[in-house]
Amino acid sequence: MSRAPRMRRRDQTPDSHLFPTQPYDLVKEFVIAVVVVGLLVGLRAALFSSPETKAISLKSWAQAAPADVVATATAELAGTSTSASYGPPYNHAAPGQKLGPLALQKWVGVRTPINSANDLVISPLRSVSGDPSLTKALAAWDGSSNDQQTTWSGHYADALAAVSDGNPAKVAKGDYGPVPTLSARYLTLAGSGSLEGLLTTSSTFYGGNQTRPLLLLADGAYLEDRARADHLGGDQWGMMNETGSYPGQPWMWLYTFWYQVAPFSTSGNADALVWGLMATLTLVFIFLPFIPGLRSLPRLLRVHRLIWRNS
Amino acid sequence: MTTSSQTDPRSWTVRLRNRLARTVPPGQLLPDRQPAYVKSWIYVFGVACLAALIYVIASGLVLMIKGSLWWHTSSFGHFVNSTHLWSVELFFMFMVIHLWGKFFMAAWRGRRALTWITGAVAFIGSIGAAFTGYLSQTNFDSQWISTQAKDGLNSVGIGAVFNVLDTGQMLLWHVMLLPLILGFLVVAHVVLVRRHGVVPPFDAVPPNGQLVAPIASSVGLHSRTGTPVPTESAQR
Repeated sequence: MSRAPRMRRRDQTPDSHLFPTQPYDLVKEFVIAVVVVGLLVGLRAALFSSPETKAISLKSWAQAAPADVVATATAELAGTSTSASYGPPYNHAAPGQKLGPLALQKWVGVRTPINSANDLVISPLRSVSGDPSLTKALAAWDGSSNDQQTTWSGHYADALAAVSDGNPAKVAKGDYGPVPTLSARYLTLAGSGSLEGLLTTSSTFYGGNQTRPLLLLADGAYLEDRARADHLGGDQWGMMNETGSYPGQPWMWLYTFWYQVAPFSTSGNADALVWGLMATLTLVFIFLPFIPGLRSLPRLLRVHRLIWRNS
Repeated sequence: MTTSSQTDPRSWTVRLRNRLARTVPPGQLLPDRQPAYVKSWIYVFGVACLAALIYVIASGLVLMIKGSLWWHTSSFGHFVNSTHLWSVELFFMFMVIHLWGKFFMAAWRGRRALTWITGAVAFIGSIGAAFTGYLSQTNFDSQWISTQAKDGLNSVGIGAVFNVLDTGQMLLWHVMLLPLILGFLVVAHVVLVRRHGVVPPFDAVPPNGQLVAPIASSVGLHSRTGTPVPTESAQR
């Protein structure tokens, strides 16, 4: 079977300098644009300001949702919090997400090691002095096996979940070891306002890295509850929204869109799949001039007739 | 010591000067005339992008000089932050309109693929710059956005080196690294636009019927065959 010779259409676009010209004052256009845009920016800034919802401090978290702090500390100790069971780059608790056969998250390894129980709860508690019952509880924790620690913490987490408001005072009696004391003192520590510093500057004078307090905050329910109340949830197109009625990041609409539809909305690898898809679409966007078919769309769509009306 | 009015072609300085002159010959950098087909409002949005970018940079510089927490405690700082926000919003709005306009014109035609690519990469880079800006606000939005965004970045391994929970790292990317990259891309994009001129309409043929793109020399514009091409001034 013979194949028809492939016709290759060469780009015959003539040079723009060969066409008749007309006067065009680029500098004047630029100055007018700067003035008009300046007025638009200044007017909007004066009229609409910008969103400023203060950051949640760990102290305000302890005051607003004490039961959530206790439940979060217990989950960190039990190894069941989001950060404790995350996987790379924080720990080896899970393999992480995969993009088809590519286990990219696992391959890069643990680059920001976090032991949620020790780094987020036990280490800050060790800095507290003058509290004999806490000292005794820490000694009991240190003297027990990992399995025992997990069992105590797991039972206490279940007991907290069984009471309607998560109030530790209403928890049924049981064998929880030192966990109730540890979590109660953790709430006290958070309420004192010193927990942020213990999480960020325990090993350095300067604390510019908020990884630990942010992971802790995200492990709780309070941050998400606040975000959802402000239409910022993942299923609320939250990635392109911001607090208040501000436009947010509308340029993120396509990235956000994929999270709203199957199979991404139901997949355990949603993040990796969406990133893989967006990376592919980004490459298509960048190299559009070289992609047959797509690069011919503008000629076929004929929207250019609105631009070059006399052509 | 010898003196000569002639330039040494081996001089690195002369070579660089000639290279720059070939890239954007005199008259093409700031032309006072444009092809007659350039008469649509869509052409304004490229300049509008640059105008908005000026306000993004200016307001960002003030915020940078005063420090990352200043705008939380100063009413003037809050206004500057608002200026930064709205100039970014307008910058993106103008950029999207500019982008669609260039798409419908297939503005990559006539050896302009690199112009499209630098613009597209600048658009993607701007999204990254805006994203790190949101992470550097040190407010509730920063907390929520960073804790959500980490999952996407971690899922493909990027989070191992680009830690969105590290506020110090994000602030430095936002005020230094990404603006440097974006600045280079924007300058390259504008130079390419000036070098190649505005893309002609589909199937347009110049009055003399000539299609071959000229090559600029250090002394002016020449066609591929060496025939002098009329400059814009000469075409008046």
